Amino acid sequence: MATAKPRVKVPATAAAGEVITIKTLINHKMETGLRKDKKGKPIPRSIINKFTCEFNGKPVFSSDIDPAISANPYFEFNAKVTESGTFKFTWVDDDGSVYTHEQSITVK
Amino acid sequence: MDLTRRQALALSAGAVAFAVSSLQLRPAAADAAAANKTLMEFTGGKTPQSGKVKLSAPQIAENGNTVPVSVSVDSEMSASSYVQSVMLLAEGNPNPTVVTFNFTPMSGAASATTRMRLAKTQNVIAVAKMSDGSVYMDKKEVKVTIGGCGG
Repeated sequence: MATAKPRVKVPATAAAGEVITIKTLINHKMETGLRKDKKGKPIPRSIINKFTCEFNGKPVFSSDIDPAISANPYFEFNAKVTESGTFKFTWVDDDGSVYTHEQSITVK
Repeated sequence: MDLTRRQALALSAGAVAFAVSSLQLRPAAADAAAANKTLMEFTGGKTPQSGKVKLSAPQIAENGNTVPVSVSVDSEMSASSYVQSVMLLAEGNPNPTVVTFNFTPMSGAASATTRMRLAKTQNVIAVAKMSDGSVYMDKKEVKVTIGGCGG
């Protein structure tokens, strides 16, 4: 079971109605399933296959991910904030592990 | 039957030309066809129009393992008119799909950036599905110096 560490950049504050930029990264090999080991045996696929972002429980953005996304998957996207609250980010691994991270924002 | 030299040369030139043309046609056509099939499944059979979608990718990618790509779709992103999803495809990869971004009006803007693996020089395609059912796309060629599918 791999431990994948997420890193997220969300502004600490924003004006009501502002569209902010969020940057996310998680450490993960993203093994495509196309590589072979030294003996010629295929290395099985093992990737993060889904990423979701919610704000105060409501969906904002998500990605359905295929092996062609580079290792340490990086996603940058936007969110329109109208009230203060908490962003919840989740990453789902092929092996069933779910990694999560939360970050709050104060909206004036 | 005896062929004259002229006839023999013409025959062999024709045979070579045919062989070369079929070699060039088949791999490229197969990749683009597979990508197109996936694209049409995503759009539910609708042919995407051009416009509204802006795909940014480097003209030359030094490292096919990590190619930065951005997509942005022109939309007011209101509850009544927004971008539902954008699929990125790589025509020349072993599997054409790369990622599908799903947006909501809370996204504020239909924009996303990521990094992808490209096996070789090829077209990258972005297809957007709107809340009203319309479909748009953009396409960019990326030259890849070192392929990024590992192994």
